[in-house]
Amino acid sequence: MSKVMVVTSGKGGVGKTTSSASLGAALAQAGQNVVVVDFDVGLRNLDLVMGAERRVVFDLVNVVQGDAKLPQALIRDKRVETLYLLPASQTRDKDALTEEGVGRVIAELRERFDWIVCDSPAGIEKGAQLAMRFADIAVVVTNPEVSSVRDSDRIIGMLDSKTLRAETGERLEKHLLLTRYDAARATKGEMMKVEDILEILAIPLLGIVAESPDVLTASNVGSPVTLHNPASAAARSYTDAARRLMGESVAINTPAEKRGLMSRLFGRKATAA
Amino acid sequence: MSILNFFSRNRSSAPVAKDRLQLLLAHERVLSGRPDLAAVLQKEILAVIAKHIPIDQDKVVVKLDRGAKVSTLEIDIEMPDEVIAQG
Repeated sequence: MSKVMVVTSGKGGVGKTTSSASLGAALAQAGQNVVVVDFDVGLRNLDLVMGAERRVVFDLVNVVQGDAKLPQALIRDKRVETLYLLPASQTRDKDALTEEGVGRVIAELRERFDWIVCDSPAGIEKGAQLAMRFADIAVVVTNPEVSSVRDSDRIIGMLDSKTLRAETGERLEKHLLLTRYDAARATKGEMMKVEDILEILAIPLLGIVAESPDVLTASNVGSPVTLHNPASAAARSYTDAARRLMGESVAINTPAEKRGLMSRLFGRKATAA
Repeated sequence: MSILNFFSRNRSSAPVAKDRLQLLLAHERVLSGRPDLAAVLQKEILAVIAKHIPIDQDKVVVKLDRGAKVSTLEIDIEMPDEVIAQG
């Protein structure tokens, strides 16, 4: 049974593309057949983050419009053989996609893959709506910051009203992926805590990815962090999240504050959540 | 870092963020899928009044205040004296 999973957020820059690449890679590393589809027509970046930018010939728009066959546009990852990328077009705009055309491509992808990971563009316009339209599962990427939480709330509302599953009364699984979390700042009360955000958005938590230089390093070299540095905390967070998506029950660790000399001397407590 | 900064360091902003969000989202969730209710109300109320008295658009002041329990939509219309006299 194939699953269509949209990675979305409303707000830009919170980590949708990074998370799409990392979750997709982690699922593929676990043996699943995975395709990650870039829906950000006009501003594609998933190819760059996955290190396939020099191999793009055809793209999603070409396939939707019938100018290329699906297998011609799919790019196979050089590191994990069950991982594929379907890039977005760089020269078109979002109107180049139609619901009917996207539906056809998704149906064709469902025949070949276990997971179809749809990397949504930012915003709430047509591109974002098409990315979520056929989803069975949604991963809402959120930063612990007011504007991101507000936009996530808006996106959750759209998932509940604008998706095919919502319209036909079927259940759409929604998960929260909290990224760029800084445990030290949360402890000091400078950043909302995990439980604050869960209380506000009221969807189950898929994972917490702590703010980490490893994520930037991985995108610098064009490799999902789960492949580039599997031992890093960020990679482990994504790998665990992928296992949860596959139905395994894996406990979620809230990143703990690294206690420095001063806080040890003065005995400030770290969060024990 | 000044001494004042040092002592005020523990005053945390995260609870403020949470409170502001909860208040805001309570409103936005009700309004989702509908056009801005306040804007619709304003338009329709003014249309009704305009049917009976001439309104100068510049003399209409609309204020909206979203509170935790009660929100108020305040519409101030300045009516010309001659209209009142006729009534």
